[in-house]
Amino acid sequence: MRLRRTMLFVPGNNPAMIQDAHIYGSDALMFDLEDSVAMSEKDAARMLVYHALKTVPFGNCEVVVRINPLDTPYGKKDIEAMVLGGVQVIRLPKTETAQDILDVECEIEKVERKAGIPVGKTAMMAAIEGALGVVNAYEIARSSRRLIAIALGAEDYCANMKTSRSESGEELFLARAQIVVAARAAGIDAIDTVYSDINNEEQLIKETKLIKQLGFDGKSIINPRQIDPINQIFTPTAKEIEKAMQIVEALEQAQAKGSGIVSLNGKMIDKPVLLRAQRTLDMARASMVLFD
Amino acid sequence: MNLNDIARQYGCSVFSPGMNPAIPAKDISPLSQRQKSQVKIASSLRGAIQRSGLRDGMTISFHHHFRNGDFVINMVLDELQRMGFKDLYLAASSLNEIHEPIIGYIQSGLIRQIDTSGCRGRLAEAISAGIMDNPVIFRSHGGRAAAIADGRLKIDVAFLGAPSCDSFGNANGYTREGSGKTICGSLGYARMDAQYAKHVIIITDNIVNYPNVPFGINQRYVDQIVVVDSIGDPEKIMSGATRFTKKPQDLLIAQKAASVIVKSGYFYDGFSLQTGSGGSSLAVTRFLRQYMIDQNVKASFAMGGITGAMVALHEEGLIKRLLDVQSFDLDAANSLKNNRFHQQIDADYYANPFKTGSVVNQLDVVVLSALEVDVDFNVNVLTGSDGVIMGAIGGHPDTAAGAALSIIVCPLLRGRIPSILKHVNTIVTPGCDVDVVVTDQGIAVNPRRPDVEKALRDNHMELTDIHKLQAMAESLTGEPESLEWGPRTVALVTYRDGSLIDIIKSISQGEDLV
Repeated sequence: MRLRRTMLFVPGNNPAMIQDAHIYGSDALMFDLEDSVAMSEKDAARMLVYHALKTVPFGNCEVVVRINPLDTPYGKKDIEAMVLGGVQVIRLPKTETAQDILDVECEIEKVERKAGIPVGKTAMMAAIEGALGVVNAYEIARSSRRLIAIALGAEDYCANMKTSRSESGEELFLARAQIVVAARAAGIDAIDTVYSDINNEEQLIKETKLIKQLGFDGKSIINPRQIDPINQIFTPTAKEIEKAMQIVEALEQAQAKGSGIVSLNGKMIDKPVLLRAQRTLDMARASMVLFD
Repeated sequence: MNLNDIARQYGCSVFSPGMNPAIPAKDISPLSQRQKSQVKIASSLRGAIQRSGLRDGMTISFHHHFRNGDFVINMVLDELQRMGFKDLYLAASSLNEIHEPIIGYIQSGLIRQIDTSGCRGRLAEAISAGIMDNPVIFRSHGGRAAAIADGRLKIDVAFLGAPSCDSFGNANGYTREGSGKTICGSLGYARMDAQYAKHVIIITDNIVNYPNVPFGINQRYVDQIVVVDSIGDPEKIMSGATRFTKKPQDLLIAQKAASVIVKSGYFYDGFSLQTGSGGSSLAVTRFLRQYMIDQNVKASFAMGGITGAMVALHEEGLIKRLLDVQSFDLDAANSLKNNRFHQQIDADYYANPFKTGSVVNQLDVVVLSALEVDVDFNVNVLTGSDGVIMGAIGGHPDTAAGAALSIIVCPLLRGRIPSILKHVNTIVTPGCDVDVVVTDQGIAVNPRRPDVEKALRDNHMELTDIHKLQAMAESLTGEPESLEWGPRTVALVTYRDGSLIDIIKSISQGEDLV
């Protein structure tokens, strides 16, 4: 299973940060060519990230690049350079409709064909950052087989909604719910927005617990110091693992006996409970806290 | 038989009231007056030097407890220069940026040779450029203590700055009498010089009432006391608590190092440790703390280089005793002053290589920083990637050799400079004394320690090979160009026992320094 508990934003024009980004234990890295890069730096950042993709070993991290939208002079160039660089995932910002995805996919495919890269190798991810995108979330989520996840971009969304971000996060409630439901319906992952006060670990933990409870797979982050608190919340505890193991064991025993009914300590176990236990163990293995 | 016959038989003299001139005459003045008329307090620094018997060619010594806030070395050398001394052998436990004026004293002929644990700033650059006729002798703290104790380094006059001293010479790095102008905590390195120098002069800006207890330096060793306006800049001697780094890279390394300790087999109730004061080395304590609480493990003692971080763990009950040869911050100094089980020790007690009882030999774990590490696990903490002297040996080789498990923490790259190399520029701590190297991009265990490797692997610790780390660094930075060393040997690097482990050659620094 591919973990996406944490996705670390790294400005695409900072060589030192790009070079070291993979060492902190983030599940995914997102090199940004869009908002964190000034107009005058766009070409330099694209070149830099391209060469980093070619030369720096990023270990087990999933490497994502956020490109500029296609309606800017940089979007197509970004796609070409990143696909040739061998990026795993291209992230499209400010996605509003399924057509936005299809347009980017078309450009990716052109480059893949021209370069002899197997068509479909480059995955995609969409950031939903406005009211229209939230309304179209399901259509976006199911628009392409390349799509692995949709993510919420809360700052732009709040501006668009004529509100601002609060600690309790009521203003994001519908967007979060809609995005996570859309992602589940389409069978892909849902990634929550960044929490930008890096010195407030308490609120980060609170927010992460909330989005985990909503069903999100993980969160975008802007500083390596945010990795551990978030990973910990998503990583099953020893107690959860033990319980899940008992449930799975009960299932195996029942199967060995040829019985269709699984029970533990005299209680019957429902199928959703079984599925959840299985997922807990998968998470535990992927998080390196359970070893076979 | 009378007393005279028996005295003759047993080889002693017969008591006669007031007849032994070696015993000071009974002084009937009250203590308050006796303190004022004490003969140990010299009228001036110059007067003290004149009375000390110092002559050209002799050895003078200093300590480095005032770090970069020290006024004592420059003050004394300035006076010696004006008095016309020549050819002195300068033995300091370490030297800092503030000691730049020594360049002038070398050029004037006042200083013939330097013997130290470290050297920084313009003085270090000038030495690397080749301004001295004789090479600097670099020693570790334990190596210096042993050399002093067994007479290889003979000190004629020790000039020892002290934040408090009474009129009989009981001196310390703090005082329980009021606050004092300066505070440095332990005087651990100065205690060696005090015990072994032929003549000891305490230089203080704070005369306190007798008896100045507890004392770091015993009055028995002190010949003279000089009172000056200021012995140092308190701000630069030490500040609050040494702050934990916020640099993600340092924190990551610290976290990995803490994890290595916990999984190494040396993490048990009653274990002992020492950590350095560098960014990631210091931060190890922060991560270790949680493991200690979670697993209900307490340390029997921590050694150092004590910092506020160690003090916090001590006061929390997680470390039972603190042994302090040098206090790094105000929290440490205040703890030494206030905590019963925070004990001041000297450099010999800390790290003398010839004594099995030395504290370094009781260490389970030490965490140390490095400028460079090579594929043979040799460590350099003395010269930079440009070959210029810029650091200090300190207790590095002493603790690495003494501890059951020595862990070196350093980033794989510093900017575009690799820290893991095929060969270090200068060998300070030999690879045979280094057990584990922890970098941000991987952990390598010395093949000499298969037991540690097994313990870590059994605990699911991901390990790599030191050659792989070196190759990884080189793949990112390219192979560093070799340095163009000059013909002159500017320094001898000695191992703990005084044997020569490496030399430092002069190097061109692309600008006219001298």
